[in-house]
Amino acid sequence: MAESESESPALEVHDLTVAYHKKPVLWGVDFEIPAGNLVGIVGPNGAGKSTLIKAAMGLLPLSSGWVEMFGEPLEENRHRVGYVPQREDIDWDFPVSVMDVVLMGRYGKLGLFKWPKKEDRRVAEESLAKVKMLPFANRQISNLSGGQQQRVFLARALAQESDMYFMDEPFAGVDAATESAIIDLLRDLKSKGKTVFVVHHDLSTVKEYFDWLILLNTRLVAHGPTEEVFNPDMLGKTYGGQLTVMTEVAEALARDDGLDATRRH
Amino acid sequence: MNWWSSERRIPVSNCYWIVAIVFLLAAPSAFAARIGDLSETTVLEQAARFFTFQDPAVRMALIGCILLGICCGLLGTFIVVRQFALVGDTLAHAVLPGIALGYLWSLEKAPLPLFIGAVAAGIIGAVVVSLIRQTTKTKRDSALGIVLGGFYGVGILLISIIQERYPRDVAGLKSFLFGSAAALNESDVWMIGIITVVSVVILVLFYGQFKVVSFDGVYARSIGISAQFFHYLLMLLLAWAVVAALQAVGVVLVSAMLIIPAATAYLLTDRLHWMLLLSTCFGILVAAVGAFLSFLGPNLPTGPFIVLTASAVFLLVFAFAPRHGLVSRWWRRLKQTRQITRENSLKAIYHLQEAGGFAEEWITIEKLSEQRHRSAEETQQEVTSLVKHGLVLRDGNRLQFSPTGKSRAAEIVRNHRLWELYLTDRANIAPDHVHDDAEKIEHILGEETIRRMEESLNLPAVDPHGSQIPQVKKEVTS
Repeated sequence: MAESESESPALEVHDLTVAYHKKPVLWGVDFEIPAGNLVGIVGPNGAGKSTLIKAAMGLLPLSSGWVEMFGEPLEENRHRVGYVPQREDIDWDFPVSVMDVVLMGRYGKLGLFKWPKKEDRRVAEESLAKVKMLPFANRQISNLSGGQQQRVFLARALAQESDMYFMDEPFAGVDAATESAIIDLLRDLKSKGKTVFVVHHDLSTVKEYFDWLILLNTRLVAHGPTEEVFNPDMLGKTYGGQLTVMTEVAEALARDDGLDATRRH
Repeated sequence: MNWWSSERRIPVSNCYWIVAIVFLLAAPSAFAARIGDLSETTVLEQAARFFTFQDPAVRMALIGCILLGICCGLLGTFIVVRQFALVGDTLAHAVLPGIALGYLWSLEKAPLPLFIGAVAAGIIGAVVVSLIRQTTKTKRDSALGIVLGGFYGVGILLISIIQERYPRDVAGLKSFLFGSAAALNESDVWMIGIITVVSVVILVLFYGQFKVVSFDGVYARSIGISAQFFHYLLMLLLAWAVVAALQAVGVVLVSAMLIIPAATAYLLTDRLHWMLLLSTCFGILVAAVGAFLSFLGPNLPTGPFIVLTASAVFLLVFAFAPRHGLVSRWWRRLKQTRQITRENSLKAIYHLQEAGGFAEEWITIEKLSEQRHRSAEETQQEVTSLVKHGLVLRDGNRLQFSPTGKSRAAEIVRNHRLWELYLTDRANIAPDHVHDDAEKIEHILGEETIRRMEESLNLPAVDPHGSQIPQVKKEVTS
């Protein structure tokens, strides 16, 4: 890889296969995404959208393939990646304030044995202000509406001051105010040259929100600039049900020794 | 101890009530001396012996209990917020075979072999739980249950065998089942002390990491914090805490010492650093009080007394906690019910005036009781309450609105009719379905919501049933 970093794609995924309990949920996904794009990840339920972003961030073991960020292995770029997980995965009764949660975004940069400093607080406050949640900084997190909770997670990711963001369904179940706040934020990030991956469900807004798309249904159906791939033909392929043979094989693999066995041969 | 204050500035005013509560909860220790009322002089003597701290055994027991209170309080907090209560219980029971084997190894109650045996058994127990979960479809709670029962059974069996073989030495070992603070000797206390200091140091150094990992392990990994490492570190500290508490509290009840102080603290605060502090205070308190109580009689086990004290403290806090306590919740609900009753009376008076075309402002109490479907006596009470709150003026058997009463009545009626209209107009709900709902909603609609509904409906004049919606002008205070 002799390319300079500016020419390297922001994210390159090569032959990525991911399995849960030996059952593949993503098959041989390949793509390169240029930096500075708002990328929508679209597909039906169970298409592996969340799996894709988790695998891209190295949060899941890969059955095969590799991921590079900015032309380098993931581990060297961990600090350049921000993550907005799904809201449902959290115990919202956890005894922390909004500020505490946003400060968590700074711990990756802090290192061991360190406490958040003034600078970290300043960044956290700015991030909260960007999502209009600063007045809520001292609230306990369970006293927030769903949209507000989502904005807290966005602020936490912003506090990471990353170059690339992965957001898992940030628009799910939020009010209109939050939706427009997220959109403003996405455009702001894009204008600063950041790359943002967003798992998205609402096809009616895809064209408006994203300039690059990844269409997924356990395999990569298509990826590219929105105007090129967002058409009835591609959507039909994406949402037209899973390929039954692939499903059957996946189940067979889950029963047997699975990919380990096939790879050994 | 200023490690949490660097984390967040705490308003000083907050400290006072916490101090007050700690003092309040300390009361049972004074109270407990009443067990002396049983007129057994030995109990009084024992109490005196305890409070003079002359006896080294008492000193050891007390220091040991305070240390384990700190240790269990801190770790218990993480157990409670991570919903690991059953893990703590399982670990506590799983160490028993290790204790028995450690004892067999040295044939005395030496701390080190027991410690090594207990920690080893705890780790093996944790590994077995993981193995069961990974290789079968058994869920977490069942896997924990299997290990809890299985290991405990092996432990009991081993202890029976030891009892059979070495009958004289049994006393020391038996205290591990139900705990005996009196049996703590100097080397035990040293061990508890070292465990506590090491745990506190580790938790302080990695407080941020533990917080992030406990809140959201996947996110922690995404920012490069090894959730797995901190999980196992916490489990190791937990195993240590169990071992520290074993001698005083006993295998059977040690998990209560981990869970109850932290759960009590959780009732009082929604900040992790405060919870750690409160939980530690409660831990020290209940361990010391429990140790004291078990000293009052011969051969009383310490564990049950500690756990009983902890449960009593939990109940007290559950009942009297300022925000979520039983009493304050009951009080708030009572106040709310009374307010709703008053507002319903106001509404009834408004309806009566409206029926007369607002020609007559004075309404008789009989008419009101008829309108409200209440007995004369109940209506008298309601009227008294309205007068007391300055909402109506009373003249013998008649009443009319005061200015505040009038505007509040108009607000309630407006809220009711506006809400009905909003439901029928915007939510397409049939007009005959909206009344019951509005009876409740009218009392809780806020100004902001009202303003938005009025805007959305263009300041409507009439509700779906054809009644006038009153316009409430906020009176300008002159």
